[in-house]
Amino acid sequence: MTSYPDAKGHFGRFGGRFVPEALQAALVELEAAFAEAQADPGFGAELRRLQRDYSGRPTPITVAENFSKQAGNATIYLKREDLNHTGAHKINNVLGQALLTKRMGKTRMIAETGAGQHGVAAATAAALLGLECRVYMGEIDTKRQALNVARMQLLGAEVHAVAAGSRTLKDAMNEAMRDWVTTVDTTHYLIGTVGGPHPFPYLVRELQRVISTESRQQMLDEHGGLPDYVAACVGGGSNAIGQFYDFIDDAAVQLYGFEAGGDGIDSGKHSATITKGTPGVLHGARTVVLQDDDGQTIESYSISAGLDYPGVGPEHAWLAETGRAIYEVVDDHDAMEAFRLLSRTEGIIPAIESAHAVAGAMRLGKRIADEDPEARPKILVCLSGRGDKDTETAFDWFKLSGEPDHTVGA
Amino acid sequence: MTMSQFNSAERLGRSGQVVAKCLDEGRPAFVGYYSVGYPHVDNSIEAMRAIVEGDEGRGADIIEIGMPYSDPLMDGLVIQRANTRALSRGVRTKDIFTAAEAVASLGAMPMVMTYWNVIEAYGVDAFARDLAAAGGGGAITPDLPADDCAEWFEATDAHGTDRIFLIAPSSTDERMKMTMAASRGWVYATSVMGVTGVRSQTSDAGRVVVERAREADPSIPVGIGLGVSGGDQAAEIGAYADLVIVGSALINCMTSDGTDMPYDLAALRKLSGEIAAGVERSRK
Repeated sequence: MTSYPDAKGHFGRFGGRFVPEALQAALVELEAAFAEAQADPGFGAELRRLQRDYSGRPTPITVAENFSKQAGNATIYLKREDLNHTGAHKINNVLGQALLTKRMGKTRMIAETGAGQHGVAAATAAALLGLECRVYMGEIDTKRQALNVARMQLLGAEVHAVAAGSRTLKDAMNEAMRDWVTTVDTTHYLIGTVGGPHPFPYLVRELQRVISTESRQQMLDEHGGLPDYVAACVGGGSNAIGQFYDFIDDAAVQLYGFEAGGDGIDSGKHSATITKGTPGVLHGARTVVLQDDDGQTIESYSISAGLDYPGVGPEHAWLAETGRAIYEVVDDHDAMEAFRLLSRTEGIIPAIESAHAVAGAMRLGKRIADEDPEARPKILVCLSGRGDKDTETAFDWFKLSGEPDHTVGA
Repeated sequence: MTMSQFNSAERLGRSGQVVAKCLDEGRPAFVGYYSVGYPHVDNSIEAMRAIVEGDEGRGADIIEIGMPYSDPLMDGLVIQRANTRALSRGVRTKDIFTAAEAVASLGAMPMVMTYWNVIEAYGVDAFARDLAAAGGGGAITPDLPADDCAEWFEATDAHGTDRIFLIAPSSTDERMKMTMAASRGWVYATSVMGVTGVRSQTSDAGRVVVERAREADPSIPVGIGLGVSGGDQAAEIGAYADLVIVGSALINCMTSDGTDMPYDLAALRKLSGEIAAGVERSRK
């Protein structure tokens, strides 16, 4: 298995630890605590127990037979992270980090959230393990996702709307980092993605890696062998790295990440960081960033709040640079079409984030059928979350009226 | 005249020499932070002039020209608000160099405080080159790890500009040594665990962090930043620190957000004068 990151948190030229000195000690502490935890069989056992009894792991693979008819000659396998407790892969990360928080003797967690999924997961883990929890959320996102604000509050977390900057996910991250500088003695910053300063990209990857560890074995045991392609959506990139990681050494398995194309990459309104960004430092790591000539971050856009982020985890920047993974763009329109199709053909309403991966896999399947009609590829897709949270967005997009089709009995 | 303990020209670089000269006069140096482009690109230099001159001809020795950045990890509310406005009003990286030239022409030492991505986007070597050409002493880089920036060492050595890194109360002795060895000019100690902003009482942690820094590396001066609001605090900190750094309190003087510049500039001159006087009496 590849040994990245190195001791300073580098994935090739990406990664690192670009944070104020006041946080260096906390990052070193976290790195050491995680190394100790990994060496402690008790930690692994407790995490596995929570994954099984609380979160519902292992999550199954569903063969999407009906939907596959839309994907050329491919068969689409869905890794059902949407069936986790709280409805997405985010729980994999928060359970591990919440256990670490307790292990470090800290009593409080803070988290940033975009759509609110990571915030809800963090609040859930905090409730379970008796930790105080504050979630930072861009003011615009608190309005877009009021339901998730209420969910976090029901779980006992305090939600702070961030009115600075663009008032979205990146500003929530800045604010959480600022809170952490002040409260680091008692507080752990529970980053929700594979971004941020070392050791977060590594730590979160190791906690999300269960997705590929499980699904690789499931493919071998139950579906006749390794997939030919593995696909996932990429915002910050935590479900994607989790879904890719154990397949990296399987040279025959091609890895595809799908970024959010928003209104189209030529419109300027998108979140296609790897496709359109340039190398830079954001939120503590060198990675690729949507930025202007002066290095000021450009606001990203996607219909999916969870992908609406102008940076990406440094390991993805590295996988893209080395060519080990291919990153393509799926725009709002194609993602919503896949959202509708998967709902209609499989009875699975995906998160709009995950719908980007589904759309990308469908396009890939068609492309392969064009290029090689004899091929019967197996495409494993990370269905990272369920779409209940996106009902309102879908309502607007499809111009649903909310009116019943018929009224009877009158 | 007493000569300060700092006498290695190589370690002091450009800006450390200014500090050593102040110390020789029996006082620490006064560093005033001000954001380029605030309230507007064409008049932020007037504010820097007010900070250098004070109300009685006595103000800052060093101007820390703050470069606004879209994603600041360390700025408190006051500086963040000013910098967000400066960005929305069109400030560019190149405006730093215009400001540096102006500050140098007033007889103060211009330095730059910027998050690293701004330098990386400009071009690491080009930034050091253009800063040196504008008369700048060097740059303070709050989010650049001193042990992971080979390119910055090359550029600053090639163009003779100073590298100021940060130390904090939470820094280990080992890390403090490493960071100070990497710095040229002086080292910036954050006195409290937190973001920038005015605090009514200075923390005792400041004194402790300075003592620890002197033990770690006695060859460069130690500045204290974060939390200084007025003359008395400046005098208190100046008793043990070699540089007294003031930021948010100065930006706070710009109450009109540029709609009444004469009023704001008068407040800025008055506060700078007070801080300069505090610094002056700190070791008497």
